Amino acid sequence: MDGGPGGKAGRAEAPASEPMPPVWASTDHAPHVLEEIPMLHTRAGPRDGNQWISRVKEEMQAVIALVRINKEKDNDWFQINPLNKLCTRWEGKCWTYYQGVRFEFTLHFDVPASYPATCPDLIIPHLDGKTAKIYRGGRICLDLHFQPLWARNVPKFGIAHALALGLGPWLSLEIPSLVSAGLLPVTGTTAR
Amino acid sequence: MDPCASSSDVIAALQAEITSLRAALHSVTAASSPPPPCTTTSSPVFRPGRVKIDHMSAEVTDSNPYSRLMALKRMGVVKEYERIRKVSVLIVGLGGVGSVAAEMLTRCGIGKLLLFDYDVVELANMNRLFFRPEHAGLRKTEAAMATLESINPDVCLEGHTYDVTSVPHFEHFLDRLRRGGPDGRSPVHLVLSCVDNYAARTAINQACNEADVAWMESGVSEDAVSGHIQTLFPGRTACFECLPPLLVASGREESTLRREGVCAASLPTTMGIVAGLLVQNALKYLLDFGDLSYYLGYSALTDHFPRHTLWPNPDCGNIWCRRRQETWRGKGRAWHRRETDCREVGEGAGPVHGTNEWGIEVIGREGVDVEGEVGVERGSAGSVQQSGREGTEASLEELAAELSQLQS
Repeated sequence: MDGGPGGKAGRAEAPASEPMPPVWASTDHAPHVLEEIPMLHTRAGPRDGNQWISRVKEEMQAVIALVRINKEKDNDWFQINPLNKLCTRWEGKCWTYYQGVRFEFTLHFDVPASYPATCPDLIIPHLDGKTAKIYRGGRICLDLHFQPLWARNVPKFGIAHALALGLGPWLSLEIPSLVSAGLLPVTGTTAR
Repeated sequence: MDPCASSSDVIAALQAEITSLRAALHSVTAASSPPPPCTTTSSPVFRPGRVKIDHMSAEVTDSNPYSRLMALKRMGVVKEYERIRKVSVLIVGLGGVGSVAAEMLTRCGIGKLLLFDYDVVELANMNRLFFRPEHAGLRKTEAAMATLESINPDVCLEGHTYDVTSVPHFEHFLDRLRRGGPDGRSPVHLVLSCVDNYAARTAINQACNEADVAWMESGVSEDAVSGHIQTLFPGRTACFECLPPLLVASGREESTLRREGVCAASLPTTMGIVAGLLVQNALKYLLDFGDLSYYLGYSALTDHFPRHTLWPNPDCGNIWCRRRQETWRGKGRAWHRRETDCREVGEGAGPVHGTNEWGIEVIGREGVDVEGEVGVERGSAGSVQQSGREGTEASLEELAAELSQLQS
């Protein structure tokens, strides 16, 4: 019960790490990605029947576009597929490289009932409890650098944007920080 | 239990379990044998909760747990206090506000409480009221229900340990809203939102708009020195999505509102005060006394309590909010004259002050639409449009297959 509307508190008690710079400062290619991913139009959530089907089609096209962009740039860093017919549950994996080692994690998320007013909580179960930038259950913390951006772009942003502008920068900042803190052993990780 | 809980948490949890088992044993032995005379044991004595009481009595005796509450009738505050026995309230979030609100309603003898929280009690929660260190490691719903039942066994308790924002749980949550009344068929009378994040608030908003259930929202700022409560009647007052979030409306960066790398502060005082304001407002609504607060702020540093009424936004992005507004449109503001604090401006009310000592004039007041008063910024939300872009002709299955193939 800490935090007003828009706030999210109760993060794991852990030493405060470096504040995360805003996404547009951390990755110079981000603005280009933003321009290339198609924006969404339909404001509908999983409970809105046919409107949601329209929305999911847009979501799917945006994710396909993002995967294409990544493949063209030889910069594939995630795989994601819907698990159910209504596409409210998604599962896949994401990976990043640090010091020549590939760190790969399973990734899953549920589209919340109040979507798209709120963006999905992206979950990396393997990292649960390892960093202050993750909530209970492995929900990565996007409060500061991505959720405000999402809030300003409802309903234009979708899953593809959450991955490209939320998860991507999070991984590229948090994984090096976890490795250097010795919290993510280089051997015996899920690196392939 | 949280797999990451430290061993001390585990020990605390086991100790709590021992305490509750002892209590259970004690109540069993107490039930089977005549109650022992008051003995002076030095160890912490657990007294099994009192027996259930069928009817609230106004009898003034030391042993009547409801005598002070029923006295509200004699004092002329509440017409029919016993009504509370037929009332069902659903609370989402059992943190520093929700757990205290639940205890207050339990002590008031509420008919039924439905409690929702997916978290466990942690020692980091001990700066707030209600939970005790021996609860650490237990689910908040379980620990709360055990405590509340021992305080007042007359209250029917129902607990659910899950996150209301996920779609499968949301369906169940919605069902409990619609059928969580004391009879198990009717809707709950009121929902109290005591959560700490935007996603949960929007989920509650969505559910209450859909089920057409009144709710009250509460919040305490991250710096622990301000808070607010808000009453939301679907279609009649602003819903949680009618007004854009502050950082969207103001165009400010979130980083100016939050301090980076600092965990949220909290005080038992502010949380207790906000819980008190919330439950006071709930009691006013449920038992029909006093003036309801539609938005009531609390600034601890200046002891400032701003109070407003927020009207719904016709362009609200939430479709269910717009539907509920449609239902109420044309009914005028009759409900408002009856229910708001603005009784003196209602029909037939005379001027509040007979004299105008300071010669105060109201300029440009004539013809101002009441609706314009609050100055709601009409958000840009609600632009539901069909996508006319190429490629939408493909079916969802085809698109999913394309995505899967692309990544293989």
